[in-house]
Amino acid sequence: MEKIFQKLSLSSASLVFVLLIGIFITLYTAAKPAIDEFGFDFITNPDWNKEVALNPAPVADMTNDMQITNEDDDTILDEDDMMLDDEDDMMLDDEDDSVTKTIYGGLVPIIGTLLTTLIALAFALPIAMGIAVFLAEIAPKNIANVVGIAIELLAAIPSIIFGMWGLYYFAPIISDLFGGYQVSLLTAGLVLGVMVLPFMAAITRDSMNTTPNVLKESAYALGATKFEVIKDIIFPFSKVGIIGSIILALGRALGETMAVAFLIGSIFVLPQKITDPTISIPVAMANNFGEASGLGESALFYLALILFIISFAIISIAKFYFLKKAN
Amino acid sequence: MRLLINKIFLSLSVLSALIGLAFLGWILTTLFIKGLSSFHFSLFLNDLIDGGLRNLIIGQFILAGLASIIGIPLGMAAGIYIQEYGQGKYASIIRDLSDIMMSAPSIVIGAFVYAVVVVPTGGTSGFAGAIALAIMMIPVVISTTDNMLSLVPRELREAGIALGASKYKVIIDIVIKAAKVGIMTGILLAFARIIGETAPLLFTSETSNYFSLNLTESFPSLTVSIYDLANEPEEASRDLAWAASFILTVLVLIINLSGRFITRNKK
Repeated sequence: MEKIFQKLSLSSASLVFVLLIGIFITLYTAAKPAIDEFGFDFITNPDWNKEVALNPAPVADMTNDMQITNEDDDTILDEDDMMLDDEDDMMLDDEDDSVTKTIYGGLVPIIGTLLTTLIALAFALPIAMGIAVFLAEIAPKNIANVVGIAIELLAAIPSIIFGMWGLYYFAPIISDLFGGYQVSLLTAGLVLGVMVLPFMAAITRDSMNTTPNVLKESAYALGATKFEVIKDIIFPFSKVGIIGSIILALGRALGETMAVAFLIGSIFVLPQKITDPTISIPVAMANNFGEASGLGESALFYLALILFIISFAIISIAKFYFLKKAN
Repeated sequence: MRLLINKIFLSLSVLSALIGLAFLGWILTTLFIKGLSSFHFSLFLNDLIDGGLRNLIIGQFILAGLASIIGIPLGMAAGIYIQEYGQGKYASIIRDLSDIMMSAPSIVIGAFVYAVVVVPTGGTSGFAGAIALAIMMIPVVISTTDNMLSLVPRELREAGIALGASKYKVIIDIVIKAAKVGIMTGILLAFARIIGETAPLLFTSETSNYFSLNLTESFPSLTVSIYDLANEPEEASRDLAWAASFILTVLVLIINLSGRFITRNKK
């Protein structure tokens, strides 16, 4: 009995390991056709689901195909391409005797993901720091408790709600203020910022709370103001933890789907301005997975793999470098 | 001057807290106004095909419930291993990996389940959706169990062993009992989190307009339907989406708050 129980708990723990490895292998396998077809140029190619003419004499060499794409860059990207029936794609993908083929590049969603995340962080960071300082140092205990719970409730609201609220109530105000479209990098990034705000504030507060009281009290005894204590004692002491919490929030923001899906506009076009619509990796997956097949589906898995690796790396850095050091 | 800077800084900090609260207030007010204006009790009696939400709410609970049935025992067992049995490197690696998995993009987990469950079984299903949610839930349960068990004093374990109880008996009868409240809170919070998830369900369970208890076909999901309804051009669909969002948020917040309430009362 003792043995069985121990074995059960060991295998449950190993499940985590198996799952993570499994996710990685599965994504890689499913992305393999697209990886073989497009290679690393996938990351720098802005065209998604675009038909390009092959040379009269079909060349299977991949680098040649990429050159064709680049020459075609001047032509305006036809958004209707995205609606193209995938069964047609499949037939066209047969390289031997077709005159056109469909190519997929990940640059637009990759850029969209990074920019929305950056905007979100730029917006959330100062407010989250302010909230953390308020909760950790300024507010009396009972007020800090109530506000703390309220902030955590904000974190508990499902992301799809942020998306709907953002689209119908927040985005109109932002686009009035800054011009441009209601669905854009900017509005998506800001709503994402509101979403990661409570998360960031909560961990930052926890980091600040690890500052020993003795240090704070000594500074106060020397006549320091609250600002000086926070700037010169608490902040240096909890710096590593705060950086960790920022990076962790970054990891969260990268993978967020629903809040961004409502607001980013979901078109595979490189944004020229911050108020232009574009697409992010999770949204590209959410909106196109259902209809995709063949190479298109594989390209989506390629995007998923890229996202998974980026967020895995970022979260590892946050957890193991910064947050570990902080404790 | 120092005092002035101090004042400005403190006011900015209070202002940020107010901004945070304002966002919460704004979102909740919007939900209440928009949600209540299209809310009607018949929503609980009809299915989506007749303009109601009954099948979706039941479906979402079944998905999250099934995910809990899969995820809670596995997560707890893994947490027990890390805290009670595991020594050295392996347990701490599992703990770290579980932490990473907790922050893994939910849409990627959806894509994973799509590849390993939906494709081999030939289509979207309630099972696939529940598995995706369970994968979301396991790391949260692991971390709760791990943390709560670490708070149980060593003396309790030693007392149990000294009385001649075997290790698993000590764990089940003493350690888990001592940490029960904390673990339950964590599980409730995890449940509140997965019941509001959309992304992992998009291509695993999808959703359905009809009432269904058949877990081998596309399964009604409240969140996925909210996404579909909100994107439809008709005003009526969007109103229904608001009513559904209102119900979802109230459910999530009630579960979340009751989790916190249990801990508070115990303390």
